[in-house]
Amino acid sequence: MEVSNKPGILKRIAGPVVTAVGLNAHMYDVVKVGNEELMGEVIKIDGDDIIIQVYESTTGIRPGEPVINTGLSLAVELGPGLLTSIYDGIQRPLEVLIEKMGNFIARGVTAPGLDHEKKWEFKPVVSVNTAVRPGQIIGEVQETRSIVHKIMIPPNATGGIVRKIKSGSFTVDDIIIELGSGESFPMMQRWPVRVPRPYIEKHTPNIPLLTGQRILDGLFPIAKGGTAAIPGPFGSGKTVTQQQLAKWSDAEIVVYIGCGERGNEMTEVLTEFPELTDPKTGNSLMERTILIANTSNMPVAAREASVYTGITLAEYFRDMGYDVALMADSTSRWAEAMREICSRLEEMPGEEGYPAYLSSRLSEFYERAGLVQSLAGNSGSVSVIGAVSPAGGDFSEPVTQNTLRIVKVFWALDANLSRRRHFPAINWLQSYSLYMAQLNDYYDEKVSPEWNKLRGWFMEILQKEAELQEIVQLVGSDALPETEQITIEVARMIRELFLQQNGFDPVDTYCSLDKQLDLFKMIKCFADLAYAAQAVGVPPVQILSIKAKNEMPQIKFTKDYKPVLDKIYTEMDAEFKALRA
Amino acid sequence: MKEYKTVSKVAGPLLFVKKTEPVSYEEQVSLVLPDGTLKRGQVLDTSEDLVVVQCFETTTGLGRDTGVRFLGETFKMSVSKTMLGRILSGGGKPIDGGPDIIPDKRLDINGAAINPYARGSPRDFIQTGIATIDGTNTLVRGQKLPIFSSAGLPHNEIALQIARQAKVPGSTEEFAVVFAAMGITREEANYFMADFERTGALERAVVFLNLADDPAVERTVTPRLALTTAEYLAYELGYHVLVILTDMTNYCEALRQIGAAREEVPGRRGYPGYMYTDLASIYERAGIIKGLKGSVTQIPILTMPGDDITHPIPDLTGYITEGQIVISPELHRKGIYPPINVLPSLSRLMNLGIGKGLTREDHKKVSDMLYSGYAEGVDLRGLVAIVGKDALSERDQKFLEFADNFENKFVRQGADEDRTIAQTLDIGWNMFVQLPENELEKRIDRDLIKTYHPNYRK
Repeated sequence: MEVSNKPGILKRIAGPVVTAVGLNAHMYDVVKVGNEELMGEVIKIDGDDIIIQVYESTTGIRPGEPVINTGLSLAVELGPGLLTSIYDGIQRPLEVLIEKMGNFIARGVTAPGLDHEKKWEFKPVVSVNTAVRPGQIIGEVQETRSIVHKIMIPPNATGGIVRKIKSGSFTVDDIIIELGSGESFPMMQRWPVRVPRPYIEKHTPNIPLLTGQRILDGLFPIAKGGTAAIPGPFGSGKTVTQQQLAKWSDAEIVVYIGCGERGNEMTEVLTEFPELTDPKTGNSLMERTILIANTSNMPVAAREASVYTGITLAEYFRDMGYDVALMADSTSRWAEAMREICSRLEEMPGEEGYPAYLSSRLSEFYERAGLVQSLAGNSGSVSVIGAVSPAGGDFSEPVTQNTLRIVKVFWALDANLSRRRHFPAINWLQSYSLYMAQLNDYYDEKVSPEWNKLRGWFMEILQKEAELQEIVQLVGSDALPETEQITIEVARMIRELFLQQNGFDPVDTYCSLDKQLDLFKMIKCFADLAYAAQAVGVPPVQILSIKAKNEMPQIKFTKDYKPVLDKIYTEMDAEFKALRA
Repeated sequence: MKEYKTVSKVAGPLLFVKKTEPVSYEEQVSLVLPDGTLKRGQVLDTSEDLVVVQCFETTTGLGRDTGVRFLGETFKMSVSKTMLGRILSGGGKPIDGGPDIIPDKRLDINGAAINPYARGSPRDFIQTGIATIDGTNTLVRGQKLPIFSSAGLPHNEIALQIARQAKVPGSTEEFAVVFAAMGITREEANYFMADFERTGALERAVVFLNLADDPAVERTVTPRLALTTAEYLAYELGYHVLVILTDMTNYCEALRQIGAAREEVPGRRGYPGYMYTDLASIYERAGIIKGLKGSVTQIPILTMPGDDITHPIPDLTGYITEGQIVISPELHRKGIYPPINVLPSLSRLMNLGIGKGLTREDHKKVSDMLYSGYAEGVDLRGLVAIVGKDALSERDQKFLEFADNFENKFVRQGADEDRTIAQTLDIGWNMFVQLPENELEKRIDRDLIKTYHPNYRK
């Protein structure tokens, strides 16, 4: 691409959007704005006017200052050194920014996404005189204790016969492979963030992304390579749920995007994650994590970019064959960034001032999730879990509605539940997962053939309870038929013992599938015994006051819970026998 | 300095100036009236042919004959330690009859975002002496915890009680209060000032007053002046600063006014689409920085129009701040002070600041139990209204009674009653006595019950 290096001139500045003239530019070219060379991106071309969104504060910039086109689109650096990093929205490492400009974010500072000095131990996996394709894995670097970073031929290369491949210690810029086609590559590659990375084929996801959260795994599971949305008003637990997923989901790589959210929350993640151990590898959770923090008071245009930066990093690890989970907290702030830029451009808005292209941007983003066969031939996945912050907690607003049209799993957070400290405050009647049919086989084979039946029974009881509650509201619980009084109690047990989970309790924060199955069975067993006792005339008051029930909550908080469980079964049996006698 | 006489249009607080030399975005402007009066303004939009200037003061007297001088720098303020004990206008000029502030430093009032990597983790428990805050919605240093109130409720009393009683138990570090009033009445301002003087708090306070009859546009500057001062005191001088901003609703109204004058495409209810970002640039200026001594803690106060928590002002605020304290008209009408409704209230940073070694090991579980017990009791009140108390089961009757007790014993306290955290938690335990123990066990570990339950403590 031919790019004229002649700088343009700034014509108008109004907030994060500026206009330049005399610039030979294309859409989404990265430009350097003003004497301080602030980073920006071309978002509109109107005759001679080039309209640019600037990723840094434009205070103090005046008309007449130069604008230089780099001729490149916004891209990220991909290579060893990504994991454990914390970046801003345009992949500047925040740690490096502190060294360069202190505790506060100043502007006009650039910092590369990867450390270009550090040497990594590279081990080739292909040999000289073999042919390599674009996307093929040519070597490995042990990036952290948990993760082997696979070095790939860039997807947009030609490929060919390997003429030379090195082994040893290299920086990300050192050439490690030379091909017969004349191409040569270092470990690092660059990829434009707004372009999805290519793959061979997308498959239907059929393995659950296990999270250790009972309501998610048990009732509304998401598949590896699937998409989910968590909408909810403020204070209903979006961030806590996202963080729980980042901590406990069985993905191999986690990309966590704090998009326009609170600075103190990112600090919490930063201080907490290194101390937590990954239940799968036993190493620190941070070793599989990349954080992107663009807090609400950082420039709005960089917030718009942060989501793309994150998903590109996720796709890169997917291409290596890893299962990646991406959490975006919150996609509403991303949509608002689009709205703000759109209104500065004086474009005709769609619903509630959001740009008319909101829906297509959201679907393009979620479509980058999926279980794929990568160019390297591996199977890898990106699961996307987006938090949505609807204005006033009203799910009919455009971001929630447009998101729900795309995603397959809906975890509806409910302020009423969080007010009574029912956490996670996910409403079991409103939420759904469209992956159930695809995942049934997995649960049947890998967990237990009973699982799907028990799950169905749970949902039935909860639905029944909702109907009964309406009657109770009118006539009081005493007026219910005896069987229904037991149903109400069983539903209460499902809510309190299974659905409620204390993320701050060291044991209860993560619940394995086996333990979930045990809880499923225990509640079912109680219900069976209770209905049977009622059928032979035992009054509900006696059934509901059996002592074994009081022991049940202990299971949630006990690590080695099997003895407690056995004791409960024995006592329950004995007590019910006594009642029926 | 060049003075332009090319004003082409005046609309609301905005002046449109034609054909200037290049001026920079957000540059400060002096507006010169024919009689020599000076007014302050700021550049909002700059291009070669037209510059839009926003005037911070009343626009009376502005016209096409107004002279416009561009000052070549962005909005900066003078800060110094001698500001403690001073009263300044909403624009930063002394109004207590004292001398001008002798600057130690001149700082940009917009500040800069704290690098998230540089932030320290807020975990120092601030004891306010108010049970509903300390016990169930704990405030920690570096947090931003707003008070959501409505017209006619005692939010000012509560804010003052917090300012008076707030302390970190066992700490003797220096602390200061920065108080910024935006569009409040003279009477309210007097109430605050009298209390500051009565308690001697003024000596360690900096007060910014933009009153109801001061220009609305000035209100957009006042909180930024206050926070710039607070950051200076905290990060350069090592103070622990408590910033009280009241009333954020008036601030947002001023934003809307400017947006309308600029003929921007409005967002919800006519408020500008960038209000979230704008409010974030205020609220996010709370926190602590690793390696520095001080901290900035914010308590913004806002009145919810029509007591509607989904109104854009409380809604956007709640999405940025780390929780909220909600004041309820119902509790106020029952004569309960402080009328804090804990159910919609929340402190997101609470879990960082409580527990063993910080407050007490049982704190989290006591708080959870209080919440769920009260929520259950309040739900049952609705049922009782229909079916009568006798139709409730014995268990439900206990929860119903618990809710009443909660309001009367836990929530209700005196305006000068300063409860320690141990007292607050023990009030909770004393109320748990009336609940069946198996209900407690659903949320509290047995060991804690054995240690703290009054039936086991002799």
